[in-house]
Amino acid sequence: MSSVSDTTLRGAQPAQPQAKPGAVAAFFNGRLGRWLTALGSVGAGVAVWQLLSMRLNPLFLPSPSLTLAGAIELWDDGTLLQSIGASLARILTGWSLGLIIGVPVGILMGYFGFVRRLLDPYVEFFRFIPPIAFVTLAVIWLGPGEASKVALILYTTIFIVTLNVIAGVLSVSELRLRAAASLGAGRVSTLLTVIFPSTVPYIVTGARLAMGNSFLTIVSAEIVAAQVGIGSMIWTSRNYGKTEWVFVGIILLGLLGFLCDRVVRWVAQRLLRRYAVPI
Amino acid sequence: MAIAQSAPATDAGAEIRLENVSVSFGGRPVVAGIDLTVDSGEFVCLLGPSGCGKSTLLNVIAGFLPASAGRALVNGQPILGPDPDRGVVFQSTEALFPWLTVRENVEYGPRVRGVPRAVRAEAAQHYLDLVGLSAAADRLPGELSGGMRQRVQIARVLVNQPALVLMDEPFGALDAQTREVMQRELDRIWRATRPTIVFITHDIWEAILLADRVVTMTAGPTATFKTVAPIGIEHPRELTSPAAVELFRSLREDIAAEVSKTLQAQGLVREAAA
Repeated sequence: MSSVSDTTLRGAQPAQPQAKPGAVAAFFNGRLGRWLTALGSVGAGVAVWQLLSMRLNPLFLPSPSLTLAGAIELWDDGTLLQSIGASLARILTGWSLGLIIGVPVGILMGYFGFVRRLLDPYVEFFRFIPPIAFVTLAVIWLGPGEASKVALILYTTIFIVTLNVIAGVLSVSELRLRAAASLGAGRVSTLLTVIFPSTVPYIVTGARLAMGNSFLTIVSAEIVAAQVGIGSMIWTSRNYGKTEWVFVGIILLGLLGFLCDRVVRWVAQRLLRRYAVPI
Repeated sequence: MAIAQSAPATDAGAEIRLENVSVSFGGRPVVAGIDLTVDSGEFVCLLGPSGCGKSTLLNVIAGFLPASAGRALVNGQPILGPDPDRGVVFQSTEALFPWLTVRENVEYGPRVRGVPRAVRAEAAQHYLDLVGLSAAADRLPGELSGGMRQRVQIARVLVNQPALVLMDEPFGALDAQTREVMQRELDRIWRATRPTIVFITHDIWEAILLADRVVTMTAGPTATFKTVAPIGIEHPRELTSPAAVELFRSLREDIAAEVSKTLQAQGLVREAAA
C-alpha cells in the first residue's frame, strides 16, 4: 500500500526531490543571499591575499593590514583625498566634454551619410591608437598642466561614445521614422524628436564604457606628468619603496570606478526611465 | 455638436487615383498595373491573402515608397512623399513613441508642425475624448493594453485632421473581443470625422462591418484588383443579417480561389524544379 502511494507520489510530483535545492537557490537569489554571496567572495579574496602575504616579503606583497595602515597614513597627510579629488576632477571634466562633443557628432554621423563618410576615416584610424601613445604629445602640445590630462580623457571618451551613438541612430526603427514623417516631421524635427530620444540607451552604454576607459587612461596620463592624482601617487610610491601605497592606489581605482559606474546607472535609471535604458 | 465643429466637413476627404501603378523591388514586380479610385469620404477595404501586395500599395499612397511605374494621385496631385494630410495607422504599436505620454504622442503632429501650445493641447484633448483615452492621457504607451495603444495611434493621426487615413491591419494583433470593440469604435469615429479611409485587412467580417466598398486583390506576384460592388447594408451593421452572410460567402469564395491559385502555382514551380 505504502509502496503504491510512494510511486504515485513520485509520478505525480516529479518536482518534490528538487524542493530542497530549490530553497537554497531561492535564498541565494534573494536580497540577503545576494549580498552575502558578494561579501563572502570579497572576504575569501582578502583571506587568500592575507595567507599569501604571510609567506612573502612585504615589499613584494604587503598584507591587507599593512595596506590599510598605508591608506590611513596617506589619509592623515591629506595625500589620499587630494589624489582622489585631482583624478576625479580630470576624469569628470574630460568625460563630460567627450559626451558633449561625441553625442552630437555620433548623431550627425549616423543620420547624414555625407558626414559619416567625411569623418569615418578619422574615427576608424584614431580609435585603434591608445591614449597612452599620445601622453608625450599631449604634454608637448598642452603643457604639463590639467589641459593635457583632460584632453587625454576626452580622447578616450569621444570615440567609444560616437561609435555607440552611430550604432543607435542606425538601429532606429523604420516604423518610427515613417510615423514621424507621416505626422508632419521634417528632417530636423525627426532628428530632435525621434532619432535623439531613440539613441538614449546607446548614449548611456557609451558613457558607461567611456567611464571605464577614462580610469584606464588617467593612470597613464598621471604617471607621465602630474604632481597629484592617483596615478602619480602610485608612481611616486615606487620611489619610497612603499608597495602598500601602490596597493592603496589600485584598490582606490577599482572602488572609484565601480562607484562612478553606479552613479551613472542610478542617474540613468532615475531620469531616463522613459527611454528604456537597459541596466 | 462639438465634434462636428472641429472635425473637417464631409467633402474634406481626399480622392485617390492610382493609374497603372507598378512597384518592383530589385527588378522583381510586387504589384503591377494597378488601377484604383477611392472617392472623397469613402471607406474602402483592401482584402486579400498575405503577400499579395496590399501593404505595398498602402506604402505608395502614404508616400513611403515611390511607384516604379504609373501615377499615384491624391486630389489630382502626384504623391511625392509622406504628408500629415495622409495619416497612417500602423499594425504595430511600435510606431508610437514610447518615451512620450499618450497626450504627448497625440500632440506630436501639431507640435512638429508648429501649432501653438494652447491650440494643440485643446485639439489633443478633443481627440483623446473621441477615442476614450482621457483617463489614460498621462500614461506611457508601455503601460497600456494593445487596444488602448491602437486608440492612441488613431487619435495621433486624427488630430492632424487628415483628408485620408491609411490603416494597415490596425486590429490584426488584438484579441477577438478587443478587435470587435475597436471595429465598432472606428465606425463611430469615422462617422464623426469623415476622412477618406483605406483599410487593409485579411479579415472578411471586418471588411463587411466597416467598408463602403470592398476591393479584393488577386494573389501575387503581379496582383490585380477585383472590385466588388459597394456594400449596400445600412449602418450599424449586423453580421448575422442575411445580406452580410451572403456577402461573406461570395468574398470567401473569391479569396479561397486566389489562395488555391497561389498554392497551385507553387506546386507547379516545385514540379518543374524537381
